[in-house]
Amino acid sequence: MEFQIFGIGILTWLVFLPIVGMIVVLLLPDKKSNAMRWTAAIVTGLQVILAGVIYAIFDRAKVGVNDIESFQFVEQFSWITVEAVPWVGRIEIEYFMGLDGLSVLMVMLTALIGFIGVISSWNIEKMVKGYFALYLLLVTGMMGVFVALDFFLFFIFWEVMLLPMYFLIGLWGGPRREYAAIKFFLYTFVGGILMLLTMLALYFSVAYIDPATGQSVHTFNMLHMMNPENFVEGSLLFGVDTTWRYVAWMALFINFAIKIPLFPFHTWLPDAHVEAPTPISVILAGVLLKLGAYGLLRINFGILPDATIYFVYFMAALGMISIIYGALCAMAQDDFKKLIAYSSISHMGIVVLGIAALNTQGMVGGVLQMFNHGIITAVLFLAVGVLYDRTQKRGLYDFGGIANQMPRYTGIAVVGMFAALGLPGLNGFVSELFSFLGAFEAYKWITIISVTGIIITAAYILWTVQRVFLGKTPEKLETLKDLTLREYLAFTPLIILIVLLGIYPAPAIELMNASLAHLVEFVTAGGN
Amino acid sequence: MIEHTLHSISQFYPEIIVVVTLCVIIIVDLLVKNGKHTTGWILLGGLLLAGISVIMQTGSNLAVFYDMVAVDPFAVFFKVLIILSSMFIVLFSMKSSELEAYSSRYGEYYMLLAGMIFGMLLMVGSTNLLMIYLAFEMVSISSYVLVGYMKKERRSSEASMKYIIYGAVSSGVMLYGLSLLVGITGATDIFQVNSALAAGVGESFILNISILMIVVGMGFKIAIVPFHFWAPDVYEGAPITISAFLAVASQIAAFGLIVRFFSISFIDSGGVTATGTWQIVEGLHWDLLLGGMAALAMIVGNLTALRQDNIKRMLAYSSIAHAGYMLMGLVILAGEGLTSIMIYLFIYLFMNLGAFYVAMLFSNKLETESIEKYKGLGFRAPLESIAMTIFLVSLTGLPPTGGFVAKLYIFGAAISGGWIWLVTIAGITTVISLFYYIRVVRNMYFFEAEQGALQLKFDLPSKIILLLLLVPTLLLGIYFEPLIEFARSSIAMFGG
Repeated sequence: MEFQIFGIGILTWLVFLPIVGMIVVLLLPDKKSNAMRWTAAIVTGLQVILAGVIYAIFDRAKVGVNDIESFQFVEQFSWITVEAVPWVGRIEIEYFMGLDGLSVLMVMLTALIGFIGVISSWNIEKMVKGYFALYLLLVTGMMGVFVALDFFLFFIFWEVMLLPMYFLIGLWGGPRREYAAIKFFLYTFVGGILMLLTMLALYFSVAYIDPATGQSVHTFNMLHMMNPENFVEGSLLFGVDTTWRYVAWMALFINFAIKIPLFPFHTWLPDAHVEAPTPISVILAGVLLKLGAYGLLRINFGILPDATIYFVYFMAALGMISIIYGALCAMAQDDFKKLIAYSSISHMGIVVLGIAALNTQGMVGGVLQMFNHGIITAVLFLAVGVLYDRTQKRGLYDFGGIANQMPRYTGIAVVGMFAALGLPGLNGFVSELFSFLGAFEAYKWITIISVTGIIITAAYILWTVQRVFLGKTPEKLETLKDLTLREYLAFTPLIILIVLLGIYPAPAIELMNASLAHLVEFVTAGGN
Repeated sequence: MIEHTLHSISQFYPEIIVVVTLCVIIIVDLLVKNGKHTTGWILLGGLLLAGISVIMQTGSNLAVFYDMVAVDPFAVFFKVLIILSSMFIVLFSMKSSELEAYSSRYGEYYMLLAGMIFGMLLMVGSTNLLMIYLAFEMVSISSYVLVGYMKKERRSSEASMKYIIYGAVSSGVMLYGLSLLVGITGATDIFQVNSALAAGVGESFILNISILMIVVGMGFKIAIVPFHFWAPDVYEGAPITISAFLAVASQIAAFGLIVRFFSISFIDSGGVTATGTWQIVEGLHWDLLLGGMAALAMIVGNLTALRQDNIKRMLAYSSIAHAGYMLMGLVILAGEGLTSIMIYLFIYLFMNLGAFYVAMLFSNKLETESIEKYKGLGFRAPLESIAMTIFLVSLTGLPPTGGFVAKLYIFGAAISGGWIWLVTIAGITTVISLFYYIRVVRNMYFFEAEQGALQLKFDLPSKIILLLLLVPTLLLGIYFEPLIEFARSSIAMFGG
């Protein structure tokens, strides 16, 4: 389906609007802080509207995944073409974007979280221009990764996120921000290099025959990479279940596992979360972590299905370890932000376990969990931010009896906490249930052990609620004020979604059901 | 005979223009003594003319002066790069306050620079062992003097001395190697060397020794490990403009020479396979040797750069590492490898010159080259710091900058040639390199400026020069099709 605004495709608008905003922000005079804030808000607001348009007209029946015909909003242009090089054939890099059930939900999430991040950035006073310019660049990178269908393009967007994130943590963060920023940068960069090498190996292994000219064309087009027939005989990644394919899978997996983050690649996350300013934590947990899981689905599952099947137990086991380990670590924290960081590791473990099940139920659960976790952690980080703004403290033992002083705030925060806990009726429950159901079909014991993670989660969340919101208010906290209008604005859409998707998750599930069912079929068939 | 010479001269305009410029500079320097950059402008004009005449050579593919020098697309590509980087260096020199202390000797400086450029232009075209050596020495001797240009400064003289000693020894070794090669094959023309080798000379031991010796001499010029020891000291001691010139232009010329020399002399021209090289020379695993040297350069260069505080020393080690990355392309002596070297050099020109330029601007104002003193500069010189960040990020190889495209192609060439272990080392060392590049960025931005520190103000020409380097660095990261086409159409070598 074509959908254009002023002759430019909707996805291009979606991805590059923030860049336009960034340029405007950079051109504004230094003193006009408010104009910069409004620019960022308008740009990300427009993204939300565009995402809404996409939601309205997205065709739920089309599958996508490996079939170009059933992708939607496709934009495909030649970007770099070098004609017939004698020893490699034609070289092709495309500007190729499109949406299918895998990515559409993530695009919505990115638009929403991006907008909410701007609202919660309103009180940033330090170097406003630099902050919003980097922020908008980051949003472009995230959005780009979700819509790119050319590996090269995917990679560019992936790496574009690094530098803004480094500065956003390093310049606007807490006391140990420098350490956290370089740690984040380093971990992700290692992954990036692994992905670069694998991408090149894939590129040289894949060539399709251009029907028009009969030339053999090397391409970064992911859909061509998904077709086993396009692997050139004798090339590095040719064949099924070869060692090099396992190596390639592993390299990609490590890259994505760092981003998710899965145990044992998770150590950057608590540092980054603790030091990052609130809106950046929201972005980090809300969107950035999802990039990893999305990459697994799109690239590892799609391009190397045989290796995926080979490693699927390994993935499930890592998912299990992350669930338990993350939950246990969360229990041990007395820093509010660190607690949420570890709970993110635990919840992302559920995503990995769900998609490793390789059945539709588990996959739907996993992808829905990505979306839900994005919403829930955004609420939690915003909630910490509210307290931090007022008291400059984050320690769990610094608080108590907040419910007396800030009843409305407590209500909202507790909804978020309970959603994270997986309370039926809120969205976290639905996706966790699906994930575990799917996983149980595939791996009984792993799932049984994993589910105990839920109990630990319940424990640390209830304990946190008790320590922070209940009990007697310490004297120094008696002057706390309840939420401001801006804070309501940030919380409201998220809370609505938490409740809505908890009661009636169909609008989200129907977006991706067809695609995920097809992906399952594709992967399970691809291994044989 | 006269006709041949006349015809040769008509293909030799770029070099002639540079030599004429050199002479004009000497004369003008005698007449005009005003301590201004008059001679610099003359050199710039000469380079512009030379550049135009190089571009007019596009498409020709022939040998001149009795097969001494080739004028082919390959040479044109490298000459464009050399002239481009030389023009930037002349512009840098006009902005350098380091050189101002010696303003009465500007004429000398630009004259030597012109001599060096002349040598480089010859280097990339030479097809005769004798010519190769002459061009090589022309560049070396001019550069020895230029490195010691700030003669009142101890470190500058020291650097020059070290450079001479190392340089003399290694070019002596190279000369010995070349003479052995002549002895074995009975030819000085590299095409004849090639056919003599193809016919079989039976002296494979001596042949291997001679090639090793030649590798030493040429390896010295590109500062490849283990012949790199001179580089950090020389870069640190030399005026920063000359450090940049050595790191970029000299590197470009040397790579031009090495690629031509090896791919014509030692390759069976009948059958260049996708990975295959060196079929003629038996005995040593040459590709493995070069691969090992590349790996060493990447490891040593990047690891040592981690500990440097002087920006010039750091950039020196980073240049060693980059030479290692480029050498990976030489290991795959097929079209892919060569194209990727050329792409790398082209992008390297902008990003590395850019980093040196910003370092020079900072040292003009701060009178220090210590990275520790860069603290808070991000707020005192916003544009320059952003530019520095982009150059360093590009040197690291992150998209969307040109450095990424350069790495992409060189890694791609290595992977397609099946050199997985080598490219893995390249990947790991790239991660290591992030540390020291980003350290500069960290110092610029993550620290508050000292109390009372003033904004650094730079004049408009300085900023324009900066943009001339910055825009290509960014642009090449997003749209590089013309560059690929240019490099690809330029690998045609005369007789290759």
